[in-house]
Amino acid sequence: MSLISTLARLEAVDTGRAQPAATVRHRHLSERPLVFVPLITAGEAGAPLGALVGTDRDAPRLLVVPQPRDRELRFAFLADLADVVLPYVDGFADAVEAAERSETDPETGKRVKVEVELCADAPQLIVPSRAGVDLVRLLGRSMRFRRTAEQDPETPFPAPPRVPLLGRWLTHFGERARVPGSCLLLAMTDVLGRHWATGQSTLEDQHLGALLAWIDPPEGRSGAEAAQEAELARDDDGQLVCPPAGPATDPAFDNKLLAPAIERYDRARTALAAAEDGVEADDRLGALTAAEREIHALVESRTRPTWDAVWRGLDLLRELPEGARVEERWTRDRWSFTSHRDRVAAGEPPQPRRDDAVTAANKLAAREREQARLEAQEALDDPLVMAARRLSGEAFAGEVVDVVMAYSESKRPSPRPLVTVRTDDRPHLGERVKAYRSLGGKPQTAEFVEFAAGPEDGLLVLRIMDKMGRGKEPKPGSVPEKGDRLCFTLFEHEPRGGAKLPDPEETPWTHGGPPGEEPAPEPADPVTEEDVL
Amino acid sequence: MPPPRTRGKGLRHRLAELRGPETQAKALDARALAALAANPGCRRRAILDGAGVNKAALASALGSPSVFGQSQFAFVRGNAFEAKVKADGGTELLRLAHEKLDRGAEPPAEARVPDLTAQGPEGRTGRTELALREAAAEPGVWTLLDHPMLALDVAGSPAFLEPDAVVVHPDGSWTVVEIKSFPMLDGAADPAKVGAAARQAAVYVLALERVAERLDPPPRVRHRVLLVCPKDFSNLPTASAVDVRKQRAVTARQLARLTRIEEIADTLPEGICFSPELPAEQLEQAVEAVPATYAPECLSACELAFHCRDRSRAAGAVTSLGRPVRAELGGLTTVGDVLAAARGEAGDPDDPAVAALRRAAALRAEALASAAEREVAGCR
Repeated sequence: MSLISTLARLEAVDTGRAQPAATVRHRHLSERPLVFVPLITAGEAGAPLGALVGTDRDAPRLLVVPQPRDRELRFAFLADLADVVLPYVDGFADAVEAAERSETDPETGKRVKVEVELCADAPQLIVPSRAGVDLVRLLGRSMRFRRTAEQDPETPFPAPPRVPLLGRWLTHFGERARVPGSCLLLAMTDVLGRHWATGQSTLEDQHLGALLAWIDPPEGRSGAEAAQEAELARDDDGQLVCPPAGPATDPAFDNKLLAPAIERYDRARTALAAAEDGVEADDRLGALTAAEREIHALVESRTRPTWDAVWRGLDLLRELPEGARVEERWTRDRWSFTSHRDRVAAGEPPQPRRDDAVTAANKLAAREREQARLEAQEALDDPLVMAARRLSGEAFAGEVVDVVMAYSESKRPSPRPLVTVRTDDRPHLGERVKAYRSLGGKPQTAEFVEFAAGPEDGLLVLRIMDKMGRGKEPKPGSVPEKGDRLCFTLFEHEPRGGAKLPDPEETPWTHGGPPGEEPAPEPADPVTEEDVL
Repeated sequence: MPPPRTRGKGLRHRLAELRGPETQAKALDARALAALAANPGCRRRAILDGAGVNKAALASALGSPSVFGQSQFAFVRGNAFEAKVKADGGTELLRLAHEKLDRGAEPPAEARVPDLTAQGPEGRTGRTELALREAAAEPGVWTLLDHPMLALDVAGSPAFLEPDAVVVHPDGSWTVVEIKSFPMLDGAADPAKVGAAARQAAVYVLALERVAERLDPPPRVRHRVLLVCPKDFSNLPTASAVDVRKQRAVTARQLARLTRIEEIADTLPEGICFSPELPAEQLEQAVEAVPATYAPECLSACELAFHCRDRSRAAGAVTSLGRPVRAELGGLTTVGDVLAAARGEAGDPDDPAVAALRRAAALRAEALASAAEREVAGCR
């Protein structure tokens, strides 16, 4: 955390309201995101208890597993979830635009441009908290190796048809969420925490209710009070007034309300199974339906506040203007979505349990590259982020006080003007250190020459190196003028990352390649008596 | 050599007074010890734990009840899994120990599973030690100790610890077994949970080493513990060897650093008592008499955390925003001081922390102003 964001937190404590940590929105928000508020059963690995899901804030779809230990009921839940999520995802698959991508021609080995499809928009999944992202990944893992009766007629517990596909998509969303700056799957607490500094610690910011209370406290109350109430207030029944955003539930809810309700449901089900004639069965079916309805009501009562909170968070975020480079990053998300769409359409097998060495190295390299890109772009989009970089000596802003024309010493001299900038910042400069400024959205490079007086005076002489055209005279507007206020960064605006990794075929065996024969398809998880998902 | 008897008795008596008359002492468990070692500077926690005060009851009496609780679903599932792992004389558990830790040894066939039941924690500790002695006397077979009891001296008062199991290998060495119900998915488990389990197991390793020291020759306590978890989405056990050398070293150092409970007790005024029966006002004074070192991490580890957080916030302590915040602010410890220094109302401008703050405040103000300007320009 930089000193600037620390200061923002302290001001939030002082004023009782969250303070801005960004002046623009650094994440893309879809026009029509799919909000997913899941709950799980304590102690079981990814056993869903229920969820609210949908794109319409007034009409979420409620999905419930009345007995989370029952395999059939879980499958029904996952099939229902697939019925909501897959049509939403597929809705983005068909609208495409033409794009170009460079590929290696298999015959000539040269890089050539090929026409490809790029989906015009991509789906966006929003969960309340970071734990929700983990659950999406876990659900994806639990489903993608499942076999349907069609794939394998012998399979003992066939999954409903669309469940393995949902698993593959959720896995893709979960993997993409690990890429810095990506927006296919967002956790509301993370996004809000990126844009506001509250008067509590980052640990406490994980509570969506408390976080919102700081950002937008109710009339006449301080954020601190409202946050504490959101965190701790309980009703006469001992239940939290603002239930946790999940997916884990409050133990008091489990023990006092949910467990008895599930027990009643189990009893009703046993009674129904033991019914001896139609009349009795009808009666008992009524009791079972009532018990089921009760659990539905309980799950809705715990998810609905979170559902509303997520939409409120979206409202707040939409009030911020979108950062200039957000669209470019979203395009990368669209590429990611398009390529997974293509993999699914091509009938490729589900993502493996473990990545091979080449894939893993590529993923890590991509994440590092995107991290560097995100940091650079956020700073360029947002003066408040840039302020932190200036404070740490990675950038400086100042006024141009002098421009002297100079030329390079080659046969055809090119312009290399010397620009003197006065700044109060303390950048980490050494001889010939490169600095960059944004010129019409493109970076222009300058080299540090010397301090005009002493390092204390803040008069820096820079030599402009490029973006001035081919002629002897620089293109108009390409050289700073006296009186201009400029901001230079010492980091690259478009970080390139390391050298490209070789194709799998070219990778030496020491580094995990080249691939041997076609890998065997991943087996489904073995099913045993105790298997629960 | 044991400490002079009178003094030990004095301390026990003193701690009983602190706890309150007729209040049963709450035993320290490994989880509490690991949490205590995570915040060794907290004298409040040290004395309350040392005296066996029920912190959850105390927190409720103070009006800031703790939120710790276990869902009965998790409880039932955890117990069912542990029973499954240990079923059938621990056959599965020993098979996993053999496979993951000691492949060179004979596969466990006729394992010994001594009966460890006894009266009270002291009795059970003695029974466990006896069983370990017997196993050491007749090496060459596998022995499984189901829920043994170990004693560890913590800051001058004994803590009784109950590992899920201890395995004695045929070569005479000992291994701590930790059974957890979070899943091991494709061979990997949640790192945060594994970390917590490793810290807990490290406490058991330390306690076992104390027992080993008393034997001749002292058996080796293995530094790789066996973590048993459900495999993937099933209820089938799988295991992994976890190296806890680092956690052991950290915990040992932190436990040694724990301020002696005696010293803390000596600094308390006479007549202080933490019994939850007392009125809240009196309790508040009692708790205030011992300084706490609150940080947000306490929220997940200490029952009293909400009370300490209220105090810390009321005092304007910057640590309530997180330890890293505190670290970058030099000698300024309260919100008021920091903001005054940042606004130039107080503080020495030659102090590097103050100078950095003022620069940060100026840059922040400039950035916010330029954003506001842009917004106005955008509206036109």
